[in-house]
Amino acid sequence: MTTTAIGHNTHLAERAYRIRRNALLMGEVQGQGYIGQALDIADVLAVSYFHAMRYRPAEPEWEGRDRFMLSNGHYAIALYAALIEAGIIPQEELETYGSDDSRLPMSGMASYTPGMEMSGGSLGLGLSLAVGRCLGLKRKGSDARVYTLFSDGELDEGSVWEAILSAAHWKLDNLIAIVDVNNQQADGPSTQVMAFEPLTDKLAAFGWFVQRVDGNDLDAVVAAFDAAKSCPDPKPRMIVCDTKMGKGVPFLEAREKNHFIRVDAHEWQLALDALDAGRTA
Amino acid sequence: MSRPTPAPATGAKPKLKTSAMIASIAGEGQRTKAAPFGNALVELGKSREDIVGLTADLAKYTDLHIFAKAYPDRFYQMGMAEQLLMGAASGLAHEGFTPFVTTYAVFASRRAYDFVHQTIAEENRNVKIVCALPGLTSGYGPSHQAAEDLALFRAMPNLMVIDPCDAHEIEQAVPAIAAHNGPVYMRLLRGNVPLVLDEYDYSFELGKAKLLRDGADVLVVSSGIMTMRALEVATMLERDKVDVAVLHVPTIKPLDTATILREAGRSGRLVVVAENHTVIGGLGEAVAGALLRAGVHPPFRQIGLPDEFLDAGALPTLHDRYGISANAMAASIKGWLG
Ligand SMILES: Cc1ncc(C[n+]2csc(CCOP(=O)(O)OP(=O)(O)O)c2C)c(N)n1
Ligand SMILES: [Mg+2]
Repeated sequence: MTTTAIGHNTHLAERAYRIRRNALLMGEVQGQGYIGQALDIADVLAVSYFHAMRYRPAEPEWEGRDRFMLSNGHYAIALYAALIEAGIIPQEELETYGSDDSRLPMSGMASYTPGMEMSGGSLGLGLSLAVGRCLGLKRKGSDARVYTLFSDGELDEGSVWEAILSAAHWKLDNLIAIVDVNNQQADGPSTQVMAFEPLTDKLAAFGWFVQRVDGNDLDAVVAAFDAAKSCPDPKPRMIVCDTKMGKGVPFLEAREKNHFIRVDAHEWQLALDALDAGRTA
Repeated sequence: MSRPTPAPATGAKPKLKTSAMIASIAGEGQRTKAAPFGNALVELGKSREDIVGLTADLAKYTDLHIFAKAYPDRFYQMGMAEQLLMGAASGLAHEGFTPFVTTYAVFASRRAYDFVHQTIAEENRNVKIVCALPGLTSGYGPSHQAAEDLALFRAMPNLMVIDPCDAHEIEQAVPAIAAHNGPVYMRLLRGNVPLVLDEYDYSFELGKAKLLRDGADVLVVSSGIMTMRALEVATMLERDKVDVAVLHVPTIKPLDTATILREAGRSGRLVVVAENHTVIGGLGEAVAGALLRAGVHPPFRQIGLPDEFLDAGALPTLHDRYGISANAMAASIKGWLG
């Protein structure tokens, strides 16, 4: 199995497999893409879209939906893969990924893609937007939640900590933030670029309900999302997910860690094969 | 509010038409030089021990990693925190060092604007802000397209603004801006950077515009990569018997008004300002203002990015779409000449 799942979460393992597969197919179209990240976050997206969130595939702007905010816009390839699996974007459109006039540009933008709730690319914006969405939902009396995914590199930005302070101040219990700790950013391992540990303690001290899990352990991710939803405290919720870049494709997992993992033209098929091998193993 | 579903892709896979973040601006077969900024800064660092390097998680993407490798104890990785980057650089400058700070042009100008304004420009600190992905040099969409950096930084008192054309110029600009005691913003081309101006007996001088070739019909006034394009266009238009002069203006602020007025004042030429920047507030409007104030009124046109959020897509597609490719530029000029 590419990801651990026991009992009833096996259907999520299949979803995660298909998200990874979609991402690899998109990477193959352009011969590039943030595939290391897409593979590391596929399990979190599977749990978000096929366990935790409420939405209508045919009606991406349905008022009652839970909002999913992709702060790290360069992870768009991963979110497109999930939106395709969720039926929000047609499967055929995958072939246009990153091409001129596609609705699937390499960096996620709200004006291009159904299901894309914000324009990312400039990092460190998502949590601020999420605070506003949460305030707005509460103001409207809506019980919808806001999920926001951001990356460990974004922890360097002051704006992220402004929003962390603010979400606790406003007691935003309708906010579930997920940070992908893949220990990678542009210039190297995140913990070396700018030390941010002990992260759980810091976030708890800021007034959040915090959990830290192996983001590639589906059962653990499911349990964390469940606990985040059911926690009775008037606090925003943070799920710190430790993930492995390239997860599910062993030769990419083993490749030298890099923000932009190079994949040679002939390797996309090998990666798809490796992913399939893991699925049936 | 999303865009229409596109027609399904047909035929060969559209690999070349990619909205990649970092696309090369070098044309096929064009001569290039690797990392002119990083190498020039290492060279300068030998004699200038006051020089330190800072980045916001983009050393590798601004060629500053070369400096970091040569002088690890003079390099500060500030994390992806552009506001901190500017404030800390100001602090180092206040203590007598000469910081070269790097990030992308969008983040220096947009995320960190107030920090540059207050801690660097207002305090008049000796900080050199050197930024990759100037203007439209990324296919990623508005988040990475610095269409307005020159307008924003031109509006800031004390700050000198430089838009170099090629590797040759960047190499010369590095010691020149280091020798100037005061804040500077310089646009950066990184990686394998085109080499053009070495064939024109050209040398960079801070604050100076230079005529690269003369011509009787059109005067193109340009900066940055648009000078490279202008030279290409001049050659293309020779075939149509259109004689194009090219005035290169790498220092956007302070503007070399004397040279611009002298060249634009020569009668009988269409003046075209070409810039890799929105038509609002950049070189075009700077030149227009200078001409108007001096009572010089040649026929005047602007080539630059439109006042809109630009598309994501392949750079060649976008440069054609927005009129800043050599072909598009040549067509515009021919159209204006009638
Ligand atoms: C505000 C901002 N600063 C800098 C960048 C350039 N940049 C793009 S990705 C990246 C690394 C961010 O860290 P992370 O998302 O953790 O990287 P990954 O895990 O994808 O390697 C940087 C610095 C950016 N997009 N936005
Ligand atoms: Mg990361």
